[in-house]
Amino acid sequence: MISDAPVLQQSSEPAERAAAPTRLSRYARPMLGLLLPLALALGWELVVWRGWSNGRLVPPPSRVFATIADLARSGELVRHIAATLWRVGLGFAFGVVAGTVLGAISGYWSLARRLLDPTVQALRAIPSLAWVPLFILWLGIFETSKIALIAAGVFFPVYLGVMGAILSVDRKIVEVGRTFRLSGFAMIRRILLPAVLPAYVVSLRVGLGLGWMFVVAAELIGASEGLGYLLLDGQQLGKPAQIMAAIVIFAILGKLTDWLIELAAMPFLRWQDAFGRAKET
Amino acid sequence: MLALDRVSKTYPNGVQALARFSAEISQGEILAIIGGSGCGKSTLLRAIAGLDRASSGTVTLDSEAIASPHAKIGIIFQEPRLLPWLSVADNIGFGLADLPPAERREKVARALARVGLADKAEAWPRELSGGQAQRVAIARALVPQPEVLLLDEPFSALDAFTRRDLQDHLLDLWADTRPTLILVTHDVDEAVVLADRVLVMRPRPGRLFDQIEINLGRPRDRNSPLFENFKRSVLTSLDRSLDRNVPDRDATQGPGQAMWW
Ligand SMILES: Nc1ncnc2c1ncn2[C@@H]1O[C@H](COP(=O)(O)OP(=O)(O)OP(=O)(O)O)[C@@H](O)[C@H]1O
Ligand SMILES: [Mg+2]
Repeated sequence: MISDAPVLQQSSEPAERAAAPTRLSRYARPMLGLLLPLALALGWELVVWRGWSNGRLVPPPSRVFATIADLARSGELVRHIAATLWRVGLGFAFGVVAGTVLGAISGYWSLARRLLDPTVQALRAIPSLAWVPLFILWLGIFETSKIALIAAGVFFPVYLGVMGAILSVDRKIVEVGRTFRLSGFAMIRRILLPAVLPAYVVSLRVGLGLGWMFVVAAELIGASEGLGYLLLDGQQLGKPAQIMAAIVIFAILGKLTDWLIELAAMPFLRWQDAFGRAKET
Repeated sequence: MLALDRVSKTYPNGVQALARFSAEISQGEILAIIGGSGCGKSTLLRAIAGLDRASSGTVTLDSEAIASPHAKIGIIFQEPRLLPWLSVADNIGFGLADLPPAERREKVARALARVGLADKAEAWPRELSGGQAQRVAIARALVPQPEVLLLDEPFSALDAFTRRDLQDHLLDLWADTRPTLILVTHDVDEAVVLADRVLVMRPRPGRLFDQIEINLGRPRDRNSPLFENFKRSVLTSLDRSLDRNVPDRDATQGPGQAMWW
């Protein structure tokens, strides 16, 4: 999927590209992206090491990693990560289930769409953080309100993605199913599901991204553990290294979970141009 | 036998696409339908396929009324319409889901070999050329052994050379089980090379204008004077069908009488 040509200039013919890249460039190309952040980190490390800055507000990478190591050694890191992952996981699961079910209903039945969609769209227009006080009143300050907030964040992109994907399934291909007399269920399983899957995976990834965003918001509002708590704690006690440690871990976890979705979907999406190209290069 | 009895279709927007179209097509016949753009050819084919319902009139196959897609009727569209997430082999086997896997595999393998794509079994549809993709579509439609195969301008998106190739190929495949073929085309050459009978339609509303029997043995020589003669008579009829000053011929008239007129 990573390529050095702008998308519009890429050839649609995978074979053409398969021959060109050597072993070296296959690994070198992703490395290129690491160059800038690595250079900045090393540069800053050097600046602090030489004493040109005390690095108190912007700690150098070594200090950030030392903080992570400290947290890991005391076992606190695992506790915070587990708390956050648990919240994201649950919220994501609820959001995905609700978004998928309602999105599928809205996409499949036009009557349901007319009834349901305007309301969902109106709710979507409300900035999700505006729900926070209400959720806290309704569900309490503890886990439930946090998970509800995350689920609400995940819900909308998944709902929209599923509905849009079903609505844009090619009628011509549905017709192929009809000529082979597929019944309602077989039509869904053999035509609609595979046709919808690529867009669905994208909406899951967008949803997950929002899930991570909202877990931070939820944990900043009030939590005794979790990576968001580390952020807040770092701010209140003036420990920028701890804040940056939490940010680094957020980045790693976000990327990792996103990659997991991509990985899980890969076997089903091999037929797509983009994935085919990644496989062959 | 496939019988069309006064099939009419008026779309919800008020367009009368088809008016009282009647024809009888015997088993194993190759029928070409030709006519100006918008004269209801696709509408007719979709009614026979059971994809759309006629507003009035009936389509019957061996005295069974057709109102929805039928196992004995297959259709090939202008585009191959392959399912992009299935390999070529799985696309061909799409209509055989009820068979045990071993039998399905065997039929698919035979069909693949028959259309000359045995080496493409595991390819994705996006890796095929237009002609190859259309061949897969033909195999997919033929492998459940339909009694009637409908083709809506199946080769019109292909270059002249590939088109000829596929026309010959279609005839070859037809000879295996001799299904009824109903072929909509814009290409007079194609109609005369393939069909036993050519129906000419005229537009607004779409209706039958003329029919021409092609009494030529097979294989047909595209360069013979007789072939040219048939082409000319189809072309003449087509021209007349588009001329508003020419009155309708009575559809009940046979071709001989039409000529005499
Ligand atoms: N779904 C539809 N809704 C409304 N009108 C339609 C629809 N499909 C076709 N028509 C109209 O019905 C008439 C016949 O259309 P049809 O597609 O059957 O023509 P055709 O003979 O296949 O034309 P072509 O040779 O261009 O493919 C046209 O006037 C067309 O505009
Ligand atoms: Mg048409």
